Amino acid sequence: MKGVIAGLEMREPSSLDEALSAMRNDPSLVPLAGCTDLYVALNFGTLESTRFLNLWSIDELRVIEKSNDALSIGALTTYKSIIQSKLVRKRLPMLISAAREIGGAQIHNRGTLGGNIANGSPAGDTLPVLAAADATVVMRSADAERRVPLTQFYTGYRKSVLRADELIVAVEIPSFSGKQWFRKVGTRAAQAISKVVMAAVRSPRPRIALGSVAPTVIRLPMTEGALEEGAPIQEAQRILMDEISPIDDMRSTEEYRRRVASNLLGRFWAETE
Amino acid sequence: MTSISVTVNGATRKHDVEPRMLLVHYLREVLGLTGTHVGCDTSQCGACCVCVDGLVVKSCTVLAVQANGSKVTTIEGMSAPGLLHPLQEAFWEEHGLQCGFCTPGMIMAADDLLRRNPTPTEEEIRAGLDGNLCRCTGYHNIVKAVQRAAGRMGQTRDTFTIDAMAGKTDEFPTPAAKH
Repeated sequence: MKGVIAGLEMREPSSLDEALSAMRNDPSLVPLAGCTDLYVALNFGTLESTRFLNLWSIDELRVIEKSNDALSIGALTTYKSIIQSKLVRKRLPMLISAAREIGGAQIHNRGTLGGNIANGSPAGDTLPVLAAADATVVMRSADAERRVPLTQFYTGYRKSVLRADELIVAVEIPSFSGKQWFRKVGTRAAQAISKVVMAAVRSPRPRIALGSVAPTVIRLPMTEGALEEGAPIQEAQRILMDEISPIDDMRSTEEYRRRVASNLLGRFWAETE
Repeated sequence: MTSISVTVNGATRKHDVEPRMLLVHYLREVLGLTGTHVGCDTSQCGACCVCVDGLVVKSCTVLAVQANGSKVTTIEGMSAPGLLHPLQEAFWEEHGLQCGFCTPGMIMAADDLLRRNPTPTEEEIRAGLDGNLCRCTGYHNIVKAVQRAAGRMGQTRDTFTIDAMAGKTDEFPTPAAKH
């Protein structure tokens, strides 16, 4: 290991309650599970915390179920379990499309949905899906549970409303109708980080969410509104280009991202007619 | 230090390790199993692939303490000494390697694929191995090797499963541990 971390402490809670009380008593604990993002940062010495809470064995956070009329997916559900879930296939096939394009088989076996949300990268591939699906993030502390819509979960670049004593325990996706669509654009087809990623739903009130074009995942209310009112797709594409705020970085340029995002909207519209 | 007990290639191994130790470093530096390689350190390249409880993982983003209580299979555990696993044989016959650095990871990922899907199409093989990089770009022959192994393993699968090997582990010469 190359990192500067000389010591590292790992707590091993055996239940969710135990994990939550450990976090209440010691807010410096950083939860970890599949480590596919976190360990890279730790190894590069860009993560300062040396006190971790290993959630991997808490199976109660791995449940995929219907809860009332919503689809509930436990935070520790791996991409592999999502890909294999008949319930997800039926209710939220665009999440399966996204999960398939995250890493390879090895990352599918370790990476978790809750981890993708908590990591908070604007390029997280499940995030546009959850935003377009009007998902709610369920968080729990030792004292209380609360729910926040994914679109209000992030407050800035890699910043969220999640408190240090809280864990993401599940996401809930209300049922909805309409054709679901997902597309990721990266440097190569397999295990690339997205330059632009879009999830969308074609229905009388279209829903469009984009990743990698703003400090957080975003919905596009103005573009959605234009499409809902029957504006031509070219006009919606122009509105979209003004509604996003991409940047130049190591993976792409602002101009490329604007044009590709616009092209993705055109593709979505043509493919879901 | 944390005490861990891991069944590696059928043999139970017990050590006290630093919680920060990666599984790949445990395998290579503590157990001396250097067939598992470290390529990128960021879980991109797949050279460090091993099988943990029946699932292929990248051991450069798994902590050794997270493998506590698990069954781990490395490239060294794919067949008994002096024998080759059908995948190893097929990589040899189809020249599925150039420099060979990615090969252990490719074989572990291919084994995971064939356990999920014993008769993959070429497209499924390419998708199944998309977590592994070959910087010599020798993908063509790697795919052919996996196809050949799949054809051969259809009949002989049982002989080579990890469970079938588990009883024979005393024969595995494990290099002396460094610490």
